[in-house]
Amino acid sequence: MKVVIIKYNAGNIFSVDYALKRIGVEAEITGDIEKIKSADKVIFPGVGEASTTMAYLREHKLDEVICNLKQPVLGICIGMQLLCASSEEGNAKCLGVFDEKVLRFAPQDPTIKVPHMGWNTISHNGEGLFKGLPENPYVYYVHSFYATVGNDTVATTDYVHPFSASLNKGNFYAVQFHPEKSGEIGEKILKNFIEL
Amino acid sequence: MLAKRIIPCLDIKDGQTVKGTNFVNLRSAGDPVELGAEYSRLGADELVFLDITASFEKRKTFVELVKRIAQNISIPFTVGGGIHELKDVDTLLSAGADKVSVNSAVLKTPILIDEIAKNFGNQVCTVAIDAKFENGEWTCYLNGGRVPTERKLFEWAKEAQERGAGEILFTSMNHDGVKQGFANEALCTLSESLNIPVIASGGAGTMQHFEDVFKLGKADAALAASIFHFHEIGIPELKQFLRERGVVVR
Repeated sequence: MKVVIIKYNAGNIFSVDYALKRIGVEAEITGDIEKIKSADKVIFPGVGEASTTMAYLREHKLDEVICNLKQPVLGICIGMQLLCASSEEGNAKCLGVFDEKVLRFAPQDPTIKVPHMGWNTISHNGEGLFKGLPENPYVYYVHSFYATVGNDTVATTDYVHPFSASLNKGNFYAVQFHPEKSGEIGEKILKNFIEL
Repeated sequence: MLAKRIIPCLDIKDGQTVKGTNFVNLRSAGDPVELGAEYSRLGADELVFLDITASFEKRKTFVELVKRIAQNISIPFTVGGGIHELKDVDTLLSAGADKVSVNSAVLKTPILIDEIAKNFGNQVCTVAIDAKFENGEWTCYLNGGRVPTERKLFEWAKEAQERGAGEILFTSMNHDGVKQGFANEALCTLSESLNIPVIASGGAGTMQHFEDVFKLGKADAALAASIFHFHEIGIPELKQFLRERGVVVR
């Protein structure tokens, strides 16, 4: 099986690669369009800023490539946000695979901290990425922006208000948390994706 | 609900854990990667590795170590010590660190916080503050608590937040090593005046101290070293204790 991690300008992508290695999966980190198109599984990771990352994807023609992929695709964190319709971060128009909007957390209560950083629980549908997981497991989050809840939402977390912890539409899967940093639960989620 | 975090801290010198530990069943008790993995298995929520290596040449050992930690540990980890410029941050993140902790360098050159946040995101930048309560106020110290500065804890933490810090790691020098509890009053003031997470450090001696730091100190996370290393408190027991007392933990 050929697993590709899309290389682009954003953040630490090695941690996803390391996590895959721990579950015995060798992935290739690449920005090569042909390699991405021909892979069996595509992971779209990243930490970074939405508008600059979108500009980079457009400039390198990766935006169309990603939207037209037919194999299972997993967006992680900013990768998930970029698969949504738009992001409040830098007022970016995003890839639009999912209809959700990405907004900034704006808690009325000043004791609620932003970024949402640390371990929080998810309520999930028990399917796809979440097959075989316990109810309400803890996963690791670091983010200041969130995707709204809608038709494609398959898991939610409540912080300030409920938001989409995970989205799924056809071959597109996405998680806001970091499975690569979420201990055994995270490894199980990555394994589920590889086994789709 | 967002869980309160328990964070063991490991001091590293020349690629090895410095403080002695009572862990058994480890091939090499001094190997930070094995220790980190053990803590991770026991339920630590995050790890902090501080490089206290003095010489510049030995620094490479630390970067190699960060790479091994990243490959073997499936929870987030922060590295600190010896970070002076943006290039150091880049090197450590490229090796696989999730966050960096900066202290003396940003007290001397505060704009480094802005640069780290702009280049790598706020979440990467933990600003560590060592402060001592003297003459009625909290004074910030440089160089591992050796050199006092003009800066005061609350105004400096606020400035760090405005410049783009993702978290504040506050160590009370009055409480550190004394094992009589955390600086809850100062922590509470700090936590309520900031809208980024606060990690409490210095003073952990009993499980009760952790309950207090979360309830009275309003801390988002608590960091400790020796009590975990010497098995005075086990992480699973600590979490059970906190859970029974209504503190949300993983």
